[in-house]
Amino acid sequence: MILGLESWVLARPEIFLAAATGLLLIYGVVRGEVATPFVSVMTSVVLLATAVLLFMPYREGTAFASLFIVDRLTTTMKALVLVGSAIAILMSRAYFEQVKAWRFEYPLLVALATLGMMLMISANDLMSLYVGLELQSLALYVIAAFQRDSVRSTEAGVKYFVLGSVASGMLLFGASLIYGFCGGTAFVQISRALLDGRGAEIGTTIGLVFVVAGLAFKVSAVPFHMWTPDVYEGAPTPVTALFAVAPKIAAMSLLVSVLMGPFKPLFGQWQQIIVVASVLSMALGAFAALRQQNIKRLMAYSSIGNVGYVLLGLASGSEKGIEAVVFYLAIYLVMTLGVFATILMMKRRDVMLENISDLAGLARSQPMMAFAMLIFMFSLAGIPPLAGFWGKLYIFIAAVEAKLYIPAVLGVLASVVASYYYLRIVKVMYFDEPAEEIDRPVFGINRAVALVAAFLVAVFSLLPQPLSLIAAAAAKGLFS
Amino acid sequence: MSSWPILSLVTFLPLVGALFCLVVNGPKEAVDRNCRSVALLTSLVTFLISILLWVRFDPTKAGFQFEENLAWVPALNIGYHVGIDGISLFFVLLSTLLTPICILASWESVKVRVKEYMVAFLVLETFMVGMFCALDLALFYIFFEGVLIPMFLIIGVWGGKRRVYAAFKFFLYTLLGSVLMLLAIIAIYWHVGTTDLPTAMEKLNLPFTWQCWLWLAFFASFSVKVPMWPVHTWLPDAHVEAPTAGSVILAGVLLKMGGYGFLRYSIPLMPEATQYFAPLVFGLSIVAVIYTSLVALVQEDMKKLIAYSSVAHMGFVTIGAFVMNMQGVQGSIFQMLSHGIVSAALFLCVGVVYDRMHTREIAAYGGLVHRMPRYAFTFLFFTLASVGLPGLSGFVGEFLVLLGAFKANTWVAFLAATGLILGAAYALWLYRKIVFGELTKDSLKGILDMNKREIAVFLPLVLLTLWMGIYPNSFLDPMAPAVDKLIGDYQAALKLARTAALAP
Repeated sequence: MILGLESWVLARPEIFLAAATGLLLIYGVVRGEVATPFVSVMTSVVLLATAVLLFMPYREGTAFASLFIVDRLTTTMKALVLVGSAIAILMSRAYFEQVKAWRFEYPLLVALATLGMMLMISANDLMSLYVGLELQSLALYVIAAFQRDSVRSTEAGVKYFVLGSVASGMLLFGASLIYGFCGGTAFVQISRALLDGRGAEIGTTIGLVFVVAGLAFKVSAVPFHMWTPDVYEGAPTPVTALFAVAPKIAAMSLLVSVLMGPFKPLFGQWQQIIVVASVLSMALGAFAALRQQNIKRLMAYSSIGNVGYVLLGLASGSEKGIEAVVFYLAIYLVMTLGVFATILMMKRRDVMLENISDLAGLARSQPMMAFAMLIFMFSLAGIPPLAGFWGKLYIFIAAVEAKLYIPAVLGVLASVVASYYYLRIVKVMYFDEPAEEIDRPVFGINRAVALVAAFLVAVFSLLPQPLSLIAAAAAKGLFS
Repeated sequence: MSSWPILSLVTFLPLVGALFCLVVNGPKEAVDRNCRSVALLTSLVTFLISILLWVRFDPTKAGFQFEENLAWVPALNIGYHVGIDGISLFFVLLSTLLTPICILASWESVKVRVKEYMVAFLVLETFMVGMFCALDLALFYIFFEGVLIPMFLIIGVWGGKRRVYAAFKFFLYTLLGSVLMLLAIIAIYWHVGTTDLPTAMEKLNLPFTWQCWLWLAFFASFSVKVPMWPVHTWLPDAHVEAPTAGSVILAGVLLKMGGYGFLRYSIPLMPEATQYFAPLVFGLSIVAVIYTSLVALVQEDMKKLIAYSSVAHMGFVTIGAFVMNMQGVQGSIFQMLSHGIVSAALFLCVGVVYDRMHTREIAAYGGLVHRMPRYAFTFLFFTLASVGLPGLSGFVGEFLVLLGAFKANTWVAFLAATGLILGAAYALWLYRKIVFGELTKDSLKGILDMNKREIAVFLPLVLLTLWMGIYPNSFLDPMAPAVDKLIGDYQAALKLARTAALAP
């Protein structure tokens, strides 16, 4: 086995990220706490630079004896993840300074988690899949508990760790079954074994179920969602923002490439699982969020619901469906970052707020902030003409084409229920009498993120075409 | 000047006004004043441009005119395709007419957050006009649903005591109906490969069972919007809690979206299902006409009474639309236009006294004729128009609908006609309670008659009601070819289906 130069060229964004993170870590250790602002900004820059490296020059192919694959889909997903992580780091400074946990390890852990996500996305073998997944998870467990002196944060970290380990265990168990029945861990081997009938046995299916369960945990699809509300609520808000975007997108991409790749021949088997998980996620995300008072918890249920829609796109198993997945995730990324940037701006007398009732009358005291939030909420609810509507339209087109009529009907009905709690936030901001005034947000990075996100939502609302071209190109990569 | 995109101009000019309002800054007084002026000016200019549509409209053509067709989202085959025919022309005009009237009517009554209010109304106008012009199913859906956002805010921010409840009920009810229509639109897209309406009309040839499912999905959306019994319950709440201008737009334009939707989408796209379900529509409409008229009789709140009367009047509209003959359909459209003006005016009448007394209780009024003769005249005028006095607009629509219904089914016509009697009963009862009698209540002793601004609000509506009542042909003629084509296509489709069924 000769590892040609080509392999290193294909993996250069990952290598660059790993090397840069290592250097920044050394710098941080040498300089100590004073290095934090520099390390933080540099990590964001490195992440964005990695995103640029993905495309300059763009290359496709498999590397390291087929352990690692690069195509349009993985590249697009990596770009989304990198942008999400970079912005999440930028958004975190004010919060961590507030709670006196502003340390240089945080951005570096995020960078390492992102590296894990990139490996996951590019995985072309059950081994590399697991290694990437664990790198990501271990880093995320730590940053969930990053606010060490907060009981809620450490509790969130421990919960995430325990439940996450169970999920990893299931995934590993499933992988070993698949290895046993298909005679290999490489996706190509599995695919070949399934196609020529050798591997098409009940054992493979059971293994597949375990793998899907493990991945469903990572995307927090029902019935493996239990950790989500607690971790989202307990973790520091910038960490929640990160959790809501980057790992979700990465795990979803992995789920897509596993199910649409080696396990495509078992479509009939996994489609049922994904449809059920999708419908349950949409329903739970809609109903459980109705009575939430904490906005982070509400966003946790909202993300469960959104995952349900994405899974519906995956369940259609068509090129259109994968297109819908990419399109939806891109819009979801923008909306979610915008919402969390707004949440991070909510302060009263220098205390961070996270209850929905604290937003009362925001439209009068902070009209810009309220208007941005209004756009995000209507967009998340999928009300046209906002961008969220296009995402849902894409998903439902794919579902109807795949003849998933009943799940589609249940999906639109769930979206009506869900629109209630998004509207409730609008109601609190616009209809209710003003609560005690919220601090005027200083012009900071969060404000900029919120405004840019609102602007992007508006642009995607009017011109969804460029985004859909990107999604189409990405989906084509998987099918060519 | 035919190259001018007049329709897009009419649609998006209000949005430009809204952006202007958004950037206005300064002390509150000045901002309020400027926003009012900007909003009024924009909506007036929009109205004037929309008049051009009528002037340049070729009343002999049945097809779509002023068409604009641009690729918008080629990835999904969704186009920005707009155009109007005789059916939609007057709805566009109705929307552009009522918006400046609404803005003028809320000149003094809206005092808080004037800027947001004006922005909401202008955005609403864009969505309404866009919806009536859209010739692409996805575009139509976007405008149709988009209306909910500004209306939700208008009810919720500037509404009455139970405004939050009413706003949510309005939003969720309509959304629930619409999402099913979205699925139906996707199904049509899947069958024809595009969301372009003229192409879909031509190519769509669905099996009967499919037609029925899709028809029901569209019905779920439009029947809530009309609203038809038994899904009308959001309307009284929304009307009562909305600010006056909100009620005017609700009754004047939003309710017409349902009736328009039936004529534009349900009937041409799913003709067989239309025929199959017509008795259902008749049944629900008759219940609506009789039941809601009876409910209107016992209301204590003026706006609620008019809201219920709207449901009854819209019952005529749905009957007319589904009898599928010339008189019926024309009557249905005419009734919508007439109701759009008359019920809007009635809500404005309520608004006039509400601004002065801040109550809508019927019992709180009485004997207004002694203090407010001009108001008494206006109110009487529109009450009679609503009842259907010959010579005023209400008569023409109801008469044509009954004529059409009689041709199709005598019983439907008979039962619907009872609505006329009940309608006269509640409308005249309301008028007597409020305007006639002795002026005994102390609170009313100092009430002032309508001022110049209010007269300016009502004058165009009075003139239009007379015009529509005395010479309805100026409205019926331009819509005739389009209606004729609608019925012709419908009959042809049914005939085709019959021959197909007979063929071995």
